[in-house]
Amino acid sequence: MKPRMMAGSSGDTKNPKIKPRPIVRIGIFLISHSIVVSLLCFAAGIVALILLPLFAKNTYISENALMPGSANSMLSSQDVKEANKLVKDIIGLKLSSEEARIEIPRLIAQHMADAGSEVYYHKFHPQMSQFYPLHFFSGSPNSGNIKENHSCVSHAINTVGIIRAPRGDGKEAIVLVTPYNSEKVELGEALSLALAYSIFSLLTRVTWLAKDVIWLAADARYGEYASVTAWLRDYHIPQFSALEKLDADICFESGYPHEQNENQIRTDVISRAGTMAAGLVFKVVDKHKETDKDTLSIYAEASNGQMPNLDLINIVNYLAVHRQGLRVKVEKLYFLLDSVFLKIVGDVLETIGKVARSLNARWEFGIPVADYIDGAATLASSMYHQALGVPTGSHGAFRDYQVDAITLEISPKVSLNNEVRILEFLLRGGRLIEGTIRSVNNLLEKFHQSFFLYFLTSPSKFVSVGVYMIAFGLLVVPLPIIAASLYCDANVLDSHCIKEQQKSGPASTNEAGIAFQSWRWLHAAKVVLVIHLWGAIVSLLPYLMYQFPEMTPTTSMLSWGLLSIASLLFLHQILGSPYSCVTVNQSPNREWAVLKSMMIAAAGIGLGLMSIINFATAQIGALLIVPMCLMVHPLKHVYRAGRLRTLAVTACNISLGFIGFPPAAFLFLKAYSEGLGSVSAGDFWNWVESLWAWNSATYLYLGLIHLPCWLLFMYVLLHPC
Amino acid sequence: MAFQWSVLYFLVLLQVSFTPIFAGSSGEEEFSEELLLRPLPDRKVLAHFHFESRAPPTEIYGHHHRLFPKAIYQLVQKFQIREMELSFTQGRWNYERWGGFNPITSANAKPPGVELWAILDVPPDQVDASWKNLTHTLSGLFCASINFLESSTAYSSPDWAFQPSSRSLRYGALPREAVCTENLTPWLKLLPCRDKAGLAAILDRPSIYRGFYHSQRLRLTSTEVGSEKGMESGIVLEQTLTIVLEPDAQRPNTNHLGGRVLQPSWSLRSIFGREISGRCVLAKYSTVFIEVERNLVSELKKLGRRRGVAEIASDSWTDPFFDLSVTPDKTIKEMNVTHGDSSSILYEFSTEKYLDYEPFDVGLTWKLPVVWSSPQAPFRASRFLIGSGNQRGSIAISLKSTEPGEGFMSDLAREGCTVRVDVFQVVPWYVKVYFHTLQVFVDGRHRRVTDALEKIHVSPSEDKVSPGLMEMVLRFPCSMKSATLTIEFDKGFLHIDEYPPDANQGFDIPSAVVRFPDFQASTYYLKDNSRKSALLSKFQEKNLLLSYTEILLVPLATPDFSMPYNVITITCTVFALYFGSLLNVLRRRVGEEERFLKEASMRKGMLPQLLSKLSAKLRGKYKDSPQSSSSSSSLLNPKLMFKVALVAGIAVGWHYYFE
Repeated sequence: MKPRMMAGSSGDTKNPKIKPRPIVRIGIFLISHSIVVSLLCFAAGIVALILLPLFAKNTYISENALMPGSANSMLSSQDVKEANKLVKDIIGLKLSSEEARIEIPRLIAQHMADAGSEVYYHKFHPQMSQFYPLHFFSGSPNSGNIKENHSCVSHAINTVGIIRAPRGDGKEAIVLVTPYNSEKVELGEALSLALAYSIFSLLTRVTWLAKDVIWLAADARYGEYASVTAWLRDYHIPQFSALEKLDADICFESGYPHEQNENQIRTDVISRAGTMAAGLVFKVVDKHKETDKDTLSIYAEASNGQMPNLDLINIVNYLAVHRQGLRVKVEKLYFLLDSVFLKIVGDVLETIGKVARSLNARWEFGIPVADYIDGAATLASSMYHQALGVPTGSHGAFRDYQVDAITLEISPKVSLNNEVRILEFLLRGGRLIEGTIRSVNNLLEKFHQSFFLYFLTSPSKFVSVGVYMIAFGLLVVPLPIIAASLYCDANVLDSHCIKEQQKSGPASTNEAGIAFQSWRWLHAAKVVLVIHLWGAIVSLLPYLMYQFPEMTPTTSMLSWGLLSIASLLFLHQILGSPYSCVTVNQSPNREWAVLKSMMIAAAGIGLGLMSIINFATAQIGALLIVPMCLMVHPLKHVYRAGRLRTLAVTACNISLGFIGFPPAAFLFLKAYSEGLGSVSAGDFWNWVESLWAWNSATYLYLGLIHLPCWLLFMYVLLHPC
Repeated sequence: MAFQWSVLYFLVLLQVSFTPIFAGSSGEEEFSEELLLRPLPDRKVLAHFHFESRAPPTEIYGHHHRLFPKAIYQLVQKFQIREMELSFTQGRWNYERWGGFNPITSANAKPPGVELWAILDVPPDQVDASWKNLTHTLSGLFCASINFLESSTAYSSPDWAFQPSSRSLRYGALPREAVCTENLTPWLKLLPCRDKAGLAAILDRPSIYRGFYHSQRLRLTSTEVGSEKGMESGIVLEQTLTIVLEPDAQRPNTNHLGGRVLQPSWSLRSIFGREISGRCVLAKYSTVFIEVERNLVSELKKLGRRRGVAEIASDSWTDPFFDLSVTPDKTIKEMNVTHGDSSSILYEFSTEKYLDYEPFDVGLTWKLPVVWSSPQAPFRASRFLIGSGNQRGSIAISLKSTEPGEGFMSDLAREGCTVRVDVFQVVPWYVKVYFHTLQVFVDGRHRRVTDALEKIHVSPSEDKVSPGLMEMVLRFPCSMKSATLTIEFDKGFLHIDEYPPDANQGFDIPSAVVRFPDFQASTYYLKDNSRKSALLSKFQEKNLLLSYTEILLVPLATPDFSMPYNVITITCTVFALYFGSLLNVLRRRVGEEERFLKEASMRKGMLPQLLSKLSAKLRGKYKDSPQSSSSSSSLLNPKLMFKVALVAGIAVGWHYYFE
């Protein structure tokens, strides 16, 4: 690259210039116009991102075998009445939490057994959330090697019923999950249990069942996710070791519901029902918020931005809207709904759309402002939750075992206080779930037809990966161009300096100087490497902090910061300061350019890698990192330029330096969305803690890519050139 | 008086039964049809049809048969079959509720799909060829894709764990084969009366396929060929159909009686929708049995004692509990050897005396609620997959003692008592099992494999050639409550054309067979009772206790099958680029080009001028940086831009006003 570059940019040599190959010429062209190109690309990337709600397509059911809604629902009012009886039984249990803990599983198990299914209890301990630095991505970090001294009371009991499909071969299963808090059952939870029971008892009688059906009544004393994940772990990765067994024996008497006459309910075994085809978690939420229709909220995001197959969402959405007349919602960022910026953009887009349509009636790309704002808020939420890498519900546990699952949260339009209303609500919800099960039951293969990588902009609209990766691509393209351009410029200038020196002074250390020139990126590379090493150390530090359990979030945060700074100083002590470059007969004012180009190269590689692991994280990260990389300029160097320019560059750089620092950005966002009063330094610690508790790759991204990049940004900014 | 007559009758029969009936010395073809009905504990009814055709040896009888199906005779002759069993099954046998310790279970509980095994009496090098032809013939005969068992990756030759001592045994299973009426019709065609008369006439297709389990089986035993030639029995064709039906779909809690649920009452008409109108006239005998299980009998006795039914020995002791709508011709009691104090009871009905206008419709009406459970095998075997993902996993076979508390046989649970368990498992080659990873856990404790393993025979799979086969003999202490065997595997990759249709469903691992050779599932009946019944004599044969495990579904990495299109596109692109650049290199003359370039540089084209200007600007930029912001303007020639904008504006305005 270098010789050609010299030939391309400096055509002052005597012998005639040889025209390089077209591809090289394009490269040279891009590099020489790097500023324009990168500005264009970056702006285009931002615009593409803003336009994403415009490009959303309507969802469609891709797998023909699903056939949602083609069969009449079989759930009758009789089933629902039976279920309502269960609601009354559960609510009627005026028990202390200690009794309810045992009594409710017994009641559910009794109902399951009466319906004619296999029943067993699954007992589990809550898992401590701990930081295992070496267990990222390994799926189940806690493989039973920590056995704490649990008392028998601390067990939670899941109740599991299995219907064996009468003519099925038992290779596949559909899982229904109803989480409830056994210590304090509320009406909503009782209703969701009743909903599951009505469907379950129906399914024991139907003839069309081809897959087994598992109903997991998950005891959510220690959180929904914990109970579901404990059951899934025992289902997929059972431990045959003796420790647990002995433990179970000791606690046998106290831990399990007593059964006098029922010998069908087993306590010590996990019955299995083949490979899981899909999981449906459903909850009833009694919100007391009056709406015109019953509302169904769909939650789909699992860990690290994994999504269930779009077909699963499609069938639920189709059945809910077209068969049961529910209003379907997906999460959105509500504070964005009042955003002025979005409103302006929406207005502009609507106007453009109108003009375009009046020019040619076939150009239909404009959408109404309200749709745009709504779509953008949903898209932002979808992107945020995927980027965060934390599952939005207990369905996330299924995705760790490659099972497609979603959470359905049904809330009634008015408060459920009279019986007729409850029955109608149960019937509607039950028919929706029955239809979904029937569709999944029709499925011969596992879900594979539709999309796995998508953002939702409304329950019936999505942006597929082919569209949203354009924005990311446009954002990232400037990085290699700028890096190459900076490096080339630095070298060209240096060679000029050397020539100048050769002309003026004696050509003594000529050869050595040139050799040194071509290797001087090594120093910058070393600096970048050291900073990344520091990033790795910082992201491992919380493990050390966990050795002192009695720390508040704020003190943890402070000590984390102090330890980080200390480790940085220590690293510089032993590996050398970033600025102490041995400048031999050298124009030092280009040193920062090489450092910047190295930093940009590292950031580009990091973003590229992250886009494979979690695309949404990479996309949001790119929005922060790319302007940092493009804008950074040593403050000292800037002062030599004009006044206005200086001011602009300085302001940009300082604000970027502030926003780019993860804790600052987090607290800023929090203050923006929730108001200033609720912000404290410990919040960031809690947030980060949740990231590693969920094995989120976003944590690694922050520690290994974003933070080093920010530090390098600061170095370049404060470079003493 | 009637009692005296029946005693006399029995005496006569006793006389008859001493002469060997089934030794085949009669030299006649025989056909018999029998049906056994048994109420099951979970409110269902088991119906087991047993048809048996016998042909005397060819040496004595010749090639022509009146009753024996010609297709089967030719099959035996052509492929030199010594023994063969073919089963078509839909649904799973529920070992826990429908029993695991009786002759019907161990012979007729089959894995879902098709299972075929055969012992062929041909020289060892011809067995495989013979087997392949046999699969094709059976495939045509039964309208099923049994021919998929032809491929050497689909069948295996177990040494000893499946059937003892046979070198020329071949075993294959197709777990995904769907079973329906198209398989039943050819099976019924083998019967002399088809389904036009006799017991088979009640096989109403909708009602039997509505059931919970459905297994049709064909078993062939022949002494026609090979070493046993000259023995007398000839060819025996045994056709059985085992169905589990639910008599009535009424809700369980509608007929409560004192808090407990009454078992549903049923009759032939209510479960099949048809009645038996006489026997098949070609059949030697046509019998219907209703069996009351051992555990049910003991439960009834217990209840009877509590209710104060005086005489348990008399025939009418069951009257308080249930009614039979037809008086049985005979009551047969099990000869009890080992199983506690009770023995099962068979009510026998002969259909010979019933005619079209007076059909036979036996039914059972419950009067009191009874709860019982069927006798269980000592261990309940189940198999499952561990792990997830497309890379690796493990198979676990777990054995759970079915009798909680004490071991399975309290009188035998002494020190040092052990029980033998044989495991036979075939895994397809793309599930690459590592046999060295075999682990044994007994009662939750890890055991050395050698402690439990007595004998093992393994033939590892060969990619795309043969499946992996594992035969094991394990010994466990009698007091054991649970045991688990795990073995790890890697998932292989298939070539794109080896994927079956619907590849995304996953791949099946056929059932493993777990046998308990220490136990016999035979039922013995009092000698005088068991005259002339092929079904009962089958029950009394040496029946090894065995159970099949679940079929497993292994998700493998599956390619996106629309990918070939993409691959073609990218391949074409790569080829075009390659050949383009190759041609470019071949036809390029470097000297000429340099000359041209020189000339061109003399002429100073537009672009180089622009470039040199640009580079000058660039260099200038570093000397005086404030200028740099305007450096890009040279690219955007304002004149040109203006022209373009003007033209575009005119075009847009023109378009706008003319619509």
